[in-house]
Amino acid sequence: MVAVLTTENLGFSVAGKPLVSSVNLLVSCGEVVALLGPNGAGKSTLLKLLCGQITPQHGRVIFDGRPLDQWPPRELARRRAVLPQSSAVPFDFTALEIVLLGRSPHGDAASCASLALGAMERTECAHLADRIVTTLSGGEMQRVQLARVLVQIDQAAPKVPRCLLLDEPISNLDPAHQHGALMVARELAQEGVGVLVVLHDLNLAAQYADRLVLMKAGHVVADGAPDDVLTEQRIGAVFDVRATVARNPVCDAPVVFIQG
Amino acid sequence: MRATASLAEDRKTVKEIRSGRSVVLLTLAVLLVATGVVSLCVGAVNIPLAEVAAALTGRANEVRYEGVLWSLRIPRVLLGFLVGSALSVAGALMQGLFRNPLADPALIGASSGGALGAVFIIVLGSTFFPGIALLSDLRMLPFAAFAGALLVTWVVQRLATSGGYTAVATLLLVGVAINALTGAMIGLATYLATDAQLRTLSFWTLGSLGAADWQVVAWTAPFCLTLILLAPLWASALNALALGEAEAGHLGFSVEKTKVALIVLTAAGVGASVAFTGIILFMGLVVPHLVRSMIGPDHRGLLPGAAILGAIILVASDTVARTIVAPAELPIGILTAGFGAPFFLFMLLRQRKKALWS
Repeated sequence: MVAVLTTENLGFSVAGKPLVSSVNLLVSCGEVVALLGPNGAGKSTLLKLLCGQITPQHGRVIFDGRPLDQWPPRELARRRAVLPQSSAVPFDFTALEIVLLGRSPHGDAASCASLALGAMERTECAHLADRIVTTLSGGEMQRVQLARVLVQIDQAAPKVPRCLLLDEPISNLDPAHQHGALMVARELAQEGVGVLVVLHDLNLAAQYADRLVLMKAGHVVADGAPDDVLTEQRIGAVFDVRATVARNPVCDAPVVFIQG
Repeated sequence: MRATASLAEDRKTVKEIRSGRSVVLLTLAVLLVATGVVSLCVGAVNIPLAEVAAALTGRANEVRYEGVLWSLRIPRVLLGFLVGSALSVAGALMQGLFRNPLADPALIGASSGGALGAVFIIVLGSTFFPGIALLSDLRMLPFAAFAGALLVTWVVQRLATSGGYTAVATLLLVGVAINALTGAMIGLATYLATDAQLRTLSFWTLGSLGAADWQVVAWTAPFCLTLILLAPLWASALNALALGEAEAGHLGFSVEKTKVALIVLTAAGVGASVAFTGIILFMGLVVPHLVRSMIGPDHRGLLPGAAILGAIILVASDTVARTIVAPAELPIGILTAGFGAPFFLFMLLRQRKKALWS
């Protein structure tokens, strides 16, 4: 598998307080990696470092063999998309117009209406295409934004390494749409995209991700297959809870139960 | 995929929306010409349409009309077009940049900064450098206003930004405070000014196109046209900014460069406008909103639309301002603020409902 996104000894601190320390991470083409950890573990900071929104004090981020800061922004944007946690749009764009904004690094939005509608169908929001986005619910907006990042990295040549960074993409979704969105992430991985997704739900992560990366206090404390990462002892230590791990009857993944 | 194809057929394609947009823009352009013609005909002296046409083609029958048209009305209409366009485009740019439909070049200090720069040159310049006839030197004025607008906008922007993040509510509040301060300084300067120093406080605070002549048009045009013609280059970046600053960055746009470029363009157009017409309030706020309600928020249509509609509204307002109490003249700001201020309140209430203040 080709590595699309790697970090070397990544570190970032604010006012002397380390938020992310010596993180070595690898996302390959064709896999879904879930980033997990308690609140304040440094997941959001790590994601901001990975997408170049903030610059690390130590180490570097490498996208497709080239350090992130050496990529022309537009070229990078055609192959790497970032889904924000939540976003308010101040003007009355339609949902379709928002999805088409994903084509702006390609400069071909005018000819991409059916591509955009296809993506909206995939994320189950095609019926919202003509709705004004300021009237959408949080969950509807999340599906529209997911469609936008899908069209952003849509390539004529699918062999080019591509990457999708999703920051809690299912936080506002009902259970059906949560599974729908994560299915889309899986399908994208099958098409060769490297997907990194920040999640809070350990069981959904175990069900849909190939690999789990568990963070605590700015460090990566575990990185591996769901069965290796989600052990009762480790979950107990990282989340400060008593946990029981069983088998998920639906998909043969570990499933975690928490006792307060 | 079957459903996709039928959906694409059922609904308006982007191309159709685009053509709807160009119909509106074309209609506005026709209205612009009509407004210009009416404004040339109407005034303290009414000139028949035939005479206007004759004078424009250089075959005037009456010298009296020809004089009024060429030395007063044509430059005045041209100045109105330039300033109306520039203020409205600047409004659209600031609203897009700060992601807030209530932003306005006047609210963030560009207008009062421009006025301050101009007043400084007119009043204090001739006090401190009596040897130089700055007063008659119109060329200094737009540059001083540009510098003033840039300086004040920069100060407001700096004060409202902490940790690389510009809080819009803070920005608007800092703008109010700085506006009050520059307003006081303009008041002081006009109080100190001698009779020869031309401009009154009401000129600066309410605005007027009365100063229009060919020289003024010549010195305003480069600044305003730079803003109006270059602004569309940032249309896609402004669209992406609607998603958020970080999101625009992830779409491959350089947000910081866009910010600097748009603030400089705005300061140039608004500063030069203010130098010769005073502060005309609410154009930048109201016009982009009207255009959005006609053709949507896409900046590729919004920026040219605001340029045309702004020109129409300002020249139409000016025509009313100089005929309604003829032979006297109403300051144009009374009209624009009379309509604009209630509109601003309406927008504020609407936005409060949407809870976009952050």
